[in-house]
Amino acid sequence: MDFAFTPEQLELREGVRDALKGLDGGPGPVDPAAAWSRLSGLGLTGALVAPEHGGLGLDELDVVLGLEETGWAALPVPVVETALVAARLLTGAEQAGALVAGRRVSAVLDGSGLLPWPGQAEIALVGDVPGGVPGGVRGGVGGGAGGGTVRVLAGGSAGPAAEPVPALDPARPLGRIPPGAGAALAADPAVLARAGRAGALGTAAQLIGLAARALEMTVSYVGERTQFGVPVGSFQAVKHQLADAHLALEMARPLVYAAAWAQAHDTPSASRDVAAAKTRASDAAAAVARAALQCHGAMGYTREYPLHRWLTRIWALRAAWGTPAAGRAVLAAQLGLVAARPVTTAGGTDE
Amino acid sequence: MDLTWTPADEEFRAQARSWLRASTPPRPLPSGDTREGFAAHLDWERRLFEAGWSVVSWPRKYGGREATPWQWLIFEEEYYRAGAPQRVTQNGIFLLAPSVFSFGTRQQQDRILPRLAAAQDLWCQGWSEPGAGSDLAALTSRAVRDDERGGWRLSGQKTWSSRGAFCTHAFGLFRTDPDAGRHRGLTYFLVALDSPGVRVSGFSRLDGDEGFADLYFDDVFVPDQDVLGPVNGGWKVAMATAAGERGLTLRSPGRFRATFGRLAELARNRPGGLEPGEVDRLVECWLDVEAYARHTDQVVSRIVAGTPVGAEASLSKLQWSQLDLRIHELALDLLGPQAQVDGPWTRGFEFALSGPIYAGTNEIQRDIVAERLLGLPRSR
Repeated sequence: MDFAFTPEQLELREGVRDALKGLDGGPGPVDPAAAWSRLSGLGLTGALVAPEHGGLGLDELDVVLGLEETGWAALPVPVVETALVAARLLTGAEQAGALVAGRRVSAVLDGSGLLPWPGQAEIALVGDVPGGVPGGVRGGVGGGAGGGTVRVLAGGSAGPAAEPVPALDPARPLGRIPPGAGAALAADPAVLARAGRAGALGTAAQLIGLAARALEMTVSYVGERTQFGVPVGSFQAVKHQLADAHLALEMARPLVYAAAWAQAHDTPSASRDVAAAKTRASDAAAAVARAALQCHGAMGYTREYPLHRWLTRIWALRAAWGTPAAGRAVLAAQLGLVAARPVTTAGGTDE
Repeated sequence: MDLTWTPADEEFRAQARSWLRASTPPRPLPSGDTREGFAAHLDWERRLFEAGWSVVSWPRKYGGREATPWQWLIFEEEYYRAGAPQRVTQNGIFLLAPSVFSFGTRQQQDRILPRLAAAQDLWCQGWSEPGAGSDLAALTSRAVRDDERGGWRLSGQKTWSSRGAFCTHAFGLFRTDPDAGRHRGLTYFLVALDSPGVRVSGFSRLDGDEGFADLYFDDVFVPDQDVLGPVNGGWKVAMATAAGERGLTLRSPGRFRATFGRLAELARNRPGGLEPGEVDRLVECWLDVEAYARHTDQVVSRIVAGTPVGAEASLSKLQWSQLDLRIHELALDLLGPQAQVDGPWTRGFEFALSGPIYAGTNEIQRDIVAERLLGLPRSR
């Protein structure tokens, strides 16, 4: 039993961190093309592709820290969808080689049809892969052997045809793919489930990085902002709010790492572990976002100041790749906990 | 990273499980925080010691079996899974002993540790005073030098000493140099409670058990050999204990896995079944426990790799104390009108209410997280 990362895994994190330096420091949004070029230059986008197709032959545990860094930088690119989900689903030589060469893939497997970054993607993977157990859960996190379908859409230079949908996060545009579009991807239900889990896990890792950065910005801000002659960060109400945010984040983090291990080894507990990771990463990041905004005061409540980029990304990713409610449903099923009583009873008396 | 157990660890688990299954009393003992119950628990402690299970991570010469930190976690998990009795020697084992290992002389270790492990000496904590709880450094109990007898004379009052009325010894902080500054003039003493000048007075907890005591010291002589660590260096000796108390050693994840197991059982047997909101709350409790367990695995990995546990222990304390309360609040809701009846869950709830208070209040823990982990400015 050992919870430590290997030197190689830590080096990968450092490599991603170094490659992304300077991208997110400017007043404007991060340039997606610049971000993608740095990631594919590192080999991150093809990291899970087999070596015989030019990839690094790594797994989710190897890249989870690197994905956290992409969250730290709030990168507006489909790196989870490409490096994890597409790598698990598009395993033929030509497709795998294209991933290594830097082709961008977007994906949505929760049945919503809401494809992120449709304009960036050359290929879209759209499906409904239920979470957890057979008979599964809609909007799920992926996992189990419950079947589900995935369709592949390839577009021209404009990407797969998607009807634009206004997005909460302006840096994460959305398009709606109509059901039945594209070609069915023939794949074993277990393979689809594993791909769904990969998306949930990668997103959970990004949520950890996003939240960590939002918290760091807030700690820095309240340390400098003075009112009543002292830094506002010296007030206990502010300190305790941020301490609670840090607690939530640090208790979600090891669930993400344990899920990365389970996913990499495809263990029997992988569905449960990934659902736990995505649920807690989502809720922790949302709690951090809430505290970050509150502790910034009005300064956080404008697009003139950068905090909003991390907040809106957190809220968007919380609802993608398995909502907390969907995750809890997967966990309830895995733990054998079932609701019996209806929420409301029409007429009658209490028993 | 490897989240599997070695064959040696699985063997250790099997041994622990087998002994605990065979030896755990079939019916729960009366509360160890009562006079009658404490005596029954001492019997159990001695059986644990004789079988080599009372202090598993200690050196063999002191009654341990030199278990690794991972094996200690496994033992705790099996202990609570078996429903084994409360450890009434826990203050000695988890609070005093680490300081004796770190700061004690060889003679002190040989004198104190075997008797502690065997539950022959029963130790209680003498830290808090009426005027010094969260602000421990405000303590005023004094120790005055007695060169003639080669020791010190202690005077003052300690309070909130758990199970103090049933113990034989106390470890405590006393002020030896009032001019030295709040944290600097304190010394850590080991006191036999049958010493002349000691008066112990038990008082009740919220649940009615006589679980607390006031310890009154009126010119109590303590010889030099019972000073732990350097004179006027007691704060450091005590603080080494505090990190262990808040973090890992006081409340292992195994305890809460077992509590959650009982909660799930209660839920499954609930007449009429569960409402969707209750299922959600159950899942959140499971997540709280799983997160605490995985966080602890991370902490233990660092300990094994040689990194000491610092302020991160405050995160552990915040997590376990809050999750224990959430588990018990849900249990009371599942009980419905039965929650009016005194029983294991209502008692567990009353005890869980103390979690955010003892081992350093959660308000202090949040200050520590904010200041030492996040680097925010001090408030005072």
